[in-house]
Amino acid sequence: MKLMVLLRMAMQSIVKNKMRTFLTMLGIVIGVAAVIVMVAIGAGARGQIEAQIATLGTNLIVVTPGTTQAGGSNQGAQTFNRLTIDDVEKLQREGTLLSAVSPVINTRTQVIATTGNWRTEVNGVSTGFFRIRNWTVESGAEFTEEDVQGKRTVVILGKTVANGLFPDGNAVGQRVRLGRTPFTVIGVMAGKGQAATGTDQDDIVVVPYSTAQTRISNFFFIGSILAMTDNTKDIPAAMAEISDIMRESHRIGGGADDFTVRDQSALATTATSTTTVMTALLAAIASISLVVGGIGIMNIMLVSVTERTREIGIRMAIGARGSDVLTQFLVESVVLCLMGGIVGLLAGIGGSMIVGRVTGWHTTTSITSILIATGFSAAVGVFFGYYPARKAAALDPIQALRYE
Amino acid sequence: MTTNTPVIEVRGLTRTYRMGSTEVAALRQVDLTVMPGEFIAVMGTSGSGKSTLMNILGCLDTPSAGTYLLDGVQVDGMTRNERADLRNHKLGFVFQGFNLLSRTSALDNVELPLLYDRLARHKDTKALSRAALERVGLGKRMDHHPSELSGGQQQRVAIARALVTSPTLLLADEPTGNLDTRTTLDVMALFQQLNNQGITILLVTHEPEVSHYAKRIVEMRDGKIRKDHPVEDRGDAAVDLAAYDAQEVVA
Repeated sequence: MKLMVLLRMAMQSIVKNKMRTFLTMLGIVIGVAAVIVMVAIGAGARGQIEAQIATLGTNLIVVTPGTTQAGGSNQGAQTFNRLTIDDVEKLQREGTLLSAVSPVINTRTQVIATTGNWRTEVNGVSTGFFRIRNWTVESGAEFTEEDVQGKRTVVILGKTVANGLFPDGNAVGQRVRLGRTPFTVIGVMAGKGQAATGTDQDDIVVVPYSTAQTRISNFFFIGSILAMTDNTKDIPAAMAEISDIMRESHRIGGGADDFTVRDQSALATTATSTTTVMTALLAAIASISLVVGGIGIMNIMLVSVTERTREIGIRMAIGARGSDVLTQFLVESVVLCLMGGIVGLLAGIGGSMIVGRVTGWHTTTSITSILIATGFSAAVGVFFGYYPARKAAALDPIQALRYE
Repeated sequence: MTTNTPVIEVRGLTRTYRMGSTEVAALRQVDLTVMPGEFIAVMGTSGSGKSTLMNILGCLDTPSAGTYLLDGVQVDGMTRNERADLRNHKLGFVFQGFNLLSRTSALDNVELPLLYDRLARHKDTKALSRAALERVGLGKRMDHHPSELSGGQQQRVAIARALVTSPTLLLADEPTGNLDTRTTLDVMALFQQLNNQGITILLVTHEPEVSHYAKRIVEMRDGKIRKDHPVEDRGDAAVDLAAYDAQEVVA
């Protein structure tokens, strides 16, 4: 029997009971829409987190001062400054896996230009900082080793600061004061946007650490040391290496470390694997409703087979084989599910867009999830339609014809 | 009808049903031969075995014993699918309750057997269906649904559906059972007309006034053929219909 004829027959019986068809389809509609929206939300959340981690700088290792014990009471992290420029230089000298090392001296100050002033974070760093933090200079240039050695008063502005002080965009070459010391703006960094914590990463100025220590304040303390490797897979070995060098530098024999070494890749993998699990979980929960919808289809198809026993008898009497009847009911159930699937798909795409707009996430509906949703709803149709269809096909024509 | 192959050739046909532990014989050793062009009425009370015989002849049921040749083809021993195809190719069914698909137009109802034809022997199924409906005098009501047609008209649609595949045998199971006197005459006139055109008809009935329009009567009782004789003073349903209408006008 031709497919077109089968489809027409299926449509006839689907159209016959509009209300019932609608209610039956609703189960599949909700199921498919739920799967699509959940997968889109998961993908959006993952994209968001991955983007945020990427802006932190890849292959990043952070050394921070550890806790110290004072008379048996734990003083908490960063109680005393235990990181020195000597540590940084030793790491630079002896670290075989480290492609860049930079101290970070952190303070806040008022940046004063002729056109206005801006209170912001000042990072005193070395030249490796830009590579480590994956930070590029949009206009102007990074400072050089000579600038560091010479403790030159050069500053690179973050995007937010540059826009705040020089709305006309001609920041490079301007003179600004950091506290009382005049500096020359030699560059403006490309924007990074918001951090995962919600702070503006571009609200920052960067100066050579040597200059920060001597010219801005008497603040010598190194808040952290940043280091990076060329390959993500080197990170564990590099962290061990850093620990060894630091222990040597701090002459820690058998005692507790007074520093902490952390890497971002752990955060990155944890975050992405968490969202992957979340996505799978959401999709799994959503597919339960698809299964429930499928059971609804099966229920209705069983009722339909009973209702149409006489029709089946007639069809068999005039020459329909069991397989013809089976196909007819199967096509009907698949058409029902596919129609529900398509409506659900549209609802799901619409729902994803609404969620995307509300959260500001990039909730994309991929071709894959469209294909999976469509394929899945057809599969639900076949799976849950097969039993009722087989029941119809196995009917005895004589009994079926006699059925009232 | 040039061949001498019998349309039906049944030998020693037996059908037993198992009711719990006892076996009930619905048919016992039935022999029957039907030649092309015949118009046979099978008569009998309920329980006489005529319905069972009808089901077996209609390839809906299989005999417990005996042989059945339909148009020279051996039916006993066939699979379910083979019998379905045989029903489609060689048989046309007319039922007491019309058995049309509701909410499906007359034309689509008639077309249905052609759509189940596995060999797809007929190309223009719509044209064939239209021709069949015209043949039974329903050319103007092709797009009507069964609910919009009278009982007689519905039975005509059913007859058109039975004829559309050009079957070897037309099987009618109490075709007038649900019809009033006038419509009965109307339908019987159509059967006689079709038979005159060469179509072999076997109809099951318990009404003597219906059976006397056939050419031959087979009377059954207790699963056996008791009498098998040609119809004497055979009626002409068309003439009787005209007479009936005239009488109605007078009354």
